[in-house]
Amino acid sequence: MWKFIVRRMLTTFPQLILLSVIIFLMAQAMPGDALTGLVDPNVDRAAIEEQREKLGLNDPWHIKYADWVSGLLQGDLGQSFRYKMDVTDLIEQRLINTFWLAVATLLFTYIIALPLGILSGRYNDTLLDSSITGYTYIGFATPLFIFALVMLWVFGYQLQWFPTGGSVAPGLEAGSMDYILSKVNHLLLPALSMALIQTVSTVQYLRSEIVDTKQKEFVVTARAKGASETRVYNRHIFRNSLLPIAAYFSYEITLLITGTIFVERIFSYPGMGQLFLDSIVQRDFSVVTAVVLLFGLAAILGALVSDIILSIIDPRIRIK
Amino acid sequence: MEINQMNMDKQSQNLTKSPSSFRILWRELVRDKLALISLLFLIIIGIFVYGSSLILDQSEIVKVDLFAINEPPSEEFILGTDYGGRDVFGQLIIGTRNSISIGLIVTLLSGMIGVTFGLTAGYFGGHVDNVLMRILDFFQVLPFTMLVIVFVAIVPNYSILAFSLIFTAFSWMSIARVIRSKALQEKELDYVQASRTLGTSHPKIIFREMMPNVSSLIIVTMTLNLASNIGLESGLSFLGFGFPESTPSLGTLLSYATNPQTLEHRWWIWVPAAVMILVLMLAVRNVGEALRRATDARQRRG
Repeated sequence: MWKFIVRRMLTTFPQLILLSVIIFLMAQAMPGDALTGLVDPNVDRAAIEEQREKLGLNDPWHIKYADWVSGLLQGDLGQSFRYKMDVTDLIEQRLINTFWLAVATLLFTYIIALPLGILSGRYNDTLLDSSITGYTYIGFATPLFIFALVMLWVFGYQLQWFPTGGSVAPGLEAGSMDYILSKVNHLLLPALSMALIQTVSTVQYLRSEIVDTKQKEFVVTARAKGASETRVYNRHIFRNSLLPIAAYFSYEITLLITGTIFVERIFSYPGMGQLFLDSIVQRDFSVVTAVVLLFGLAAILGALVSDIILSIIDPRIRIK
Repeated sequence: MEINQMNMDKQSQNLTKSPSSFRILWRELVRDKLALISLLFLIIIGIFVYGSSLILDQSEIVKVDLFAINEPPSEEFILGTDYGGRDVFGQLIIGTRNSISIGLIVTLLSGMIGVTFGLTAGYFGGHVDNVLMRILDFFQVLPFTMLVIVFVAIVPNYSILAFSLIFTAFSWMSIARVIRSKALQEKELDYVQASRTLGTSHPKIIFREMMPNVSSLIIVTMTLNLASNIGLESGLSFLGFGFPESTPSLGTLLSYATNPQTLEHRWWIWVPAAVMILVLMLAVRNVGEALRRATDARQRRG
């Protein structure tokens, strides 16, 4: 197993390098540089030029790239042109917000997916199964942003069960119980909207996996030994059907990244996705670069984690 | 002698040609009533939208009219007007046309890249396959929406063409993966081996011999991709990084709903577009699913 994990980690390095090169080139293609936003237009051109030379902005691209990467490794993401502050400070609070949104979404995704997938696989071709399958069929074809808009319209505006924007009600003291409750309350609707759409592929895979496993010989054997139906499902079949869930974890992360951009926009939730869109509109490209980099990193690491989990659950993968 | 001849005639009459892959696709489509209805619906929508856009003038529809802002549906404006006094119904038709068009263009372009990539990887196998698949893995893990948005924002001469090319650059991977695994099986078959032995050139084997044999799979995957591409495009336009407002797409209409006032009180602006996207995607997917079943003999209904 360790051999597999090490080998899998080794393939991550080229990916990370490729990602950094792409993002670096992207950043180079973006108009303006670290001085455009900072400099007073009245300052002498020669002085700017001198400063550029000193900051290494006139260096050839490979030296710039090396500088940029070594900066990254020390946690330096550059400066925001717009807010005149370090990107790391700007991102911190947003990152925490998005992190909790992601955790809540993943939680809901699996809370919904496991029972629905198991029920629909266990009682396949019944009315229950066809209604679950109907839900996944429609859910699969529904774009997240439309669903989120409808959720906001129905539960936020018409029924007024949930707040319609922000991440916390104003005027609450940070750390108090009310503050935390308000945070959770603001999280629920966005996370639920995302989870209800995101979960459908997991439900579908879990169902077809269970339907397949049901007919395998070891299940027949387990029944013949006299294991109760619940035991057969919970111990024998479920364990073998866990694979698609692990395999879909990395896909889930990618969906989550795309999802936060839409959901944070719709629910005006102050997270990374919202920051990304704002920075693009405001042409604050050092922030854009940092956000894309972090999300790219999350996606690559998500794929790595998913493969490692998979290798732990399924010994067959390690041999290949 | 004569009897023998007669027998042979009889026998050849009994032999029927096995149905071509396109016949199978068609037969499955006709058997599945939902898919057939979806297909008819798509054809009708297509004729209506492309036909009426010959009469409707796009620049006339997107012209701002400050005397008719946010009007609810009436006889003059079937679906009311938006914040710029523009007729929502007209925008809906033009938007549907633009969304379908871009969906088709992107699906075709990414299909061309993906099929070539997948067939090449599958046909050569071994190291070529390994390298190509690592590249593909990398592309697939990238955050699609973000990169498209960034490129849309930094491209200097932004146009519909630029948008389709950016979109394509990040959406050819799924079809490449599907075609590659099919090509891996296909290249083991006798006809490919025989053709190789005869010394046929690689490109000829790939495009003239293997591609026709996986054509039904290509059609199926592209149909399913069309559905998701329509959704992705409207999502990007919704965020403001797809079509410009002068060329409305279905997503543009939905983007007006980011204004809470519009979302809460003016349903006529965004609900029709939302329903249109949903129905379009479901219809295309129904057709695609029926075609997918047709390519798998165990799942066929017809």
